[in-house]
Amino acid sequence: MKTRKRMVGEVAVIALSGGLDSNSAAEIRDKVTGQLADHEHVVVDFSGVTCVSSASIRAMLLIYRQAQALDRTVAVVGLSPEVRNVLAATGFLHFFVVAGSVTDAVTAVADQKGVNQLERATSVA
Amino acid sequence: MNAPRLLRDRIDSFPTHNIAGYGVRPGRSGPFGATLVPGGVNFAVYAGNATSVSVVLYKLGESDPTAEIAIPTDFRIGRVWAVTVFGLEYEDLEYGFRVYGPENAGINDRYDPTVVLSDPYAKVLGGREEWGKLPDYDRQYQHRSRLAFEDFDWEGDRPLRLPNEDMVVYEAHVRGLTRHPSSGVANPGTYAGLVEKIPYLQRLGVNCVELLPVFEFDEFGNSRLNTDTGEMLLNFWGYNTVGFFAPKAGYAATSRFGMQGDEFKNMVKALHAAGIEVMLDVVFNHTAEGNELGPNISFRGLDNQTYYMMTPDGYYFNFSGTGNTVNSNNPITRDFIVSCLRYWASEYHIDGFRFDLAAVLDRDENGVPLGNPPLIQALAHDPILRDCKLVAEAWDAGGLYQVGSFPNYHRWSEWNGKYRDTIRKFLKGDEGMIGELATRIAGSPDLYKGRGARASINFVTCHDGFTLADMVAYNDKHNEANGENNNDGANDNNSWNHGAEGPTDNPEIARIRDRQMKNAMLLLMTSRGVPMMLSGDEVGRTQKGNNNAYCQDSELSWFDWSQVDTNAELLEFASNVIAFRQAHPVLRGAHHPNSIDPSDCGHPEVSWHGTRAWQPDWSPGSRVLGIMWCGHHLDIDASPDYVYVVANSHWDSHDIELPVVDPGFVWHLFADTAQENAGACVLGDEEPLSNPNWYTVSPRSVVALVARPVS
Repeated sequence: MKTRKRMVGEVAVIALSGGLDSNSAAEIRDKVTGQLADHEHVVVDFSGVTCVSSASIRAMLLIYRQAQALDRTVAVVGLSPEVRNVLAATGFLHFFVVAGSVTDAVTAVADQKGVNQLERATSVA
Repeated sequence: MNAPRLLRDRIDSFPTHNIAGYGVRPGRSGPFGATLVPGGVNFAVYAGNATSVSVVLYKLGESDPTAEIAIPTDFRIGRVWAVTVFGLEYEDLEYGFRVYGPENAGINDRYDPTVVLSDPYAKVLGGREEWGKLPDYDRQYQHRSRLAFEDFDWEGDRPLRLPNEDMVVYEAHVRGLTRHPSSGVANPGTYAGLVEKIPYLQRLGVNCVELLPVFEFDEFGNSRLNTDTGEMLLNFWGYNTVGFFAPKAGYAATSRFGMQGDEFKNMVKALHAAGIEVMLDVVFNHTAEGNELGPNISFRGLDNQTYYMMTPDGYYFNFSGTGNTVNSNNPITRDFIVSCLRYWASEYHIDGFRFDLAAVLDRDENGVPLGNPPLIQALAHDPILRDCKLVAEAWDAGGLYQVGSFPNYHRWSEWNGKYRDTIRKFLKGDEGMIGELATRIAGSPDLYKGRGARASINFVTCHDGFTLADMVAYNDKHNEANGENNNDGANDNNSWNHGAEGPTDNPEIARIRDRQMKNAMLLLMTSRGVPMMLSGDEVGRTQKGNNNAYCQDSELSWFDWSQVDTNAELLEFASNVIAFRQAHPVLRGAHHPNSIDPSDCGHPEVSWHGTRAWQPDWSPGSRVLGIMWCGHHLDIDASPDYVYVVANSHWDSHDIELPVVDPGFVWHLFADTAQENAGACVLGDEEPLSNPNWYTVSPRSVVALVARPVS
């Protein structure tokens, strides 16, 4: 598992690649929550993730919880259909701003209004 | 931001011993099962007369254990073995227990250290994650205990606490509801799939779903091939619990990730948000461990004679008809059951429980019925369960029939089997039913005197027996597909095919069957008590005459959603009569109606009529009953609410004289099941009768009227 961080304007974009098992999930969780302390808006890009475990889904939920506590917004990009389905089936999908591309995600989190619109849309869905 | 310093480290979060490469220390004796504690996992297990107990640890999904931790005898307090194990990868952990019995084990002991036992308190069970996938029987450990995080975000959800009498219960099977290809949901046959059907349930108007067993079970328990078709027959219904604290993994779209608990909770949350309660059909009368020949899964190997009723010569009593009988009034077993229900009520926000073969739960360790069964009393008074509905299926397979006499402590209600039988007999035109019909419609005061109508769960159909459509299309059961030569299932169905057995091209027969289904629905929804309907009856779901579809994981059982369109008119009728019930509180009173007039409004709460007003005909040949409900007694300040229902099971039509109510009020037609292509109107659209004093009720039909001021 590798992580790569870059800034797009005020937004921290963290791209993940490789397999996500219980060990790497803890690492990701720590990295992303670390970024939340410094940046108001974070985008996590899952496009490069090859396989996921239950631990990685829990890591996402912990990131969400952390973001909520710090009043931060987190957008996710590149969820595999399987992960998306798991999040939808458990009702967790509406916790996240889910975007189709990094550009959309950056726009969504950078524009508070946009965030609200997206959140509403996913809650209704 | 400076977070306040929290006490995170306890000095007992460090090991005192090392066993099998793991740091351990004496565990806490409670809670039973496996619990996450700082730095480790606490295991606590009650194991009868065991001489030694090990915790067997597996990496997720692997056949062979990674370690086996023999709990030192010193760690035992009483008969509870407890150890805290540090440094476990608990997200990838499966565990079980190995229990060694004493050398002088008794004839009713079943200790077997060659078997790894499931934790009866396991909150998640692996091994059957994917429904219907043939298990790997080479694996030593089949039903694999796992840890649950139990940190679901309920976002403020609370149980709804609907009054019993306001409920309309919809009995459904999680998988059967959306497994059919026509369901159109993203995850067919799952908890998540059910969530997608909530708008449908709302449209229908039900406010409680009662789910067939959802505790972990083994669909391959007693599975077999149908000799005629070669098809594998699975246990579809799931009345053979393997793990009482674990949701059925095979009903979850997310079980590959071990998230069935979260998916289940999300379903409950979504149903609550839609105003729908969740009741679970729970099976505590027996378990999946079977009889003398059955497998050791958990209880047998922990303390067989505490958990099961045993004969003195080493056999299992069989009051459940399924091999064994849980010894539910033993204090240890009772504590297990109470803990389990508390867990579901608090952790899963469950609103109520329906107890399968609840009469078994009244018996002592020798099977003798108790006047004051400790389990039933404990559940009635339990502080955590105080707002949960408790519903007994008040009979068992050992001949104990307690409808009307189940020990109730003013808390328990019952599946009213007599309601079902009476409505069915009346509808098929049996003689001498009018008196009993009136009693059942009034909430069965003969059975539930002092307990009120709210103690009566009224139903005409349930998962056991014919569907509504089959009840009017078959005289006899047709269970050949179950592969038991049609010997299984009840023979006493009180059903009638109306002239042809099964599907027919005869339009007259089809019409009368449609009318009879509506008759049943209208009577059910205008009776005092709690109505329960079987999922799919509202669209005429058929099981092709199979009245015992427990092993039919097939289109025979699944809800065919194309019927929502093909039987749209029946569905509309069902939803209109449910709305009618909700609009008329007099139909839903918690108590039994008075047939006197205590508030002196001129009409009793309920009054009985025949073809002439105020003259009911109770004679054996009578097949017509008029029922007038007067809502004045419930709420003196509300505008007068009158409902008049006429039930005619005669093959002739009858002119019915209508009672006169308040001056200026006239009768308006809500429903006439003999009317083609409608039957019931939308609330508020009731039209005044053309003749205000008389109505002609057609053969074998039911009519519902409301009295309103002339507009």
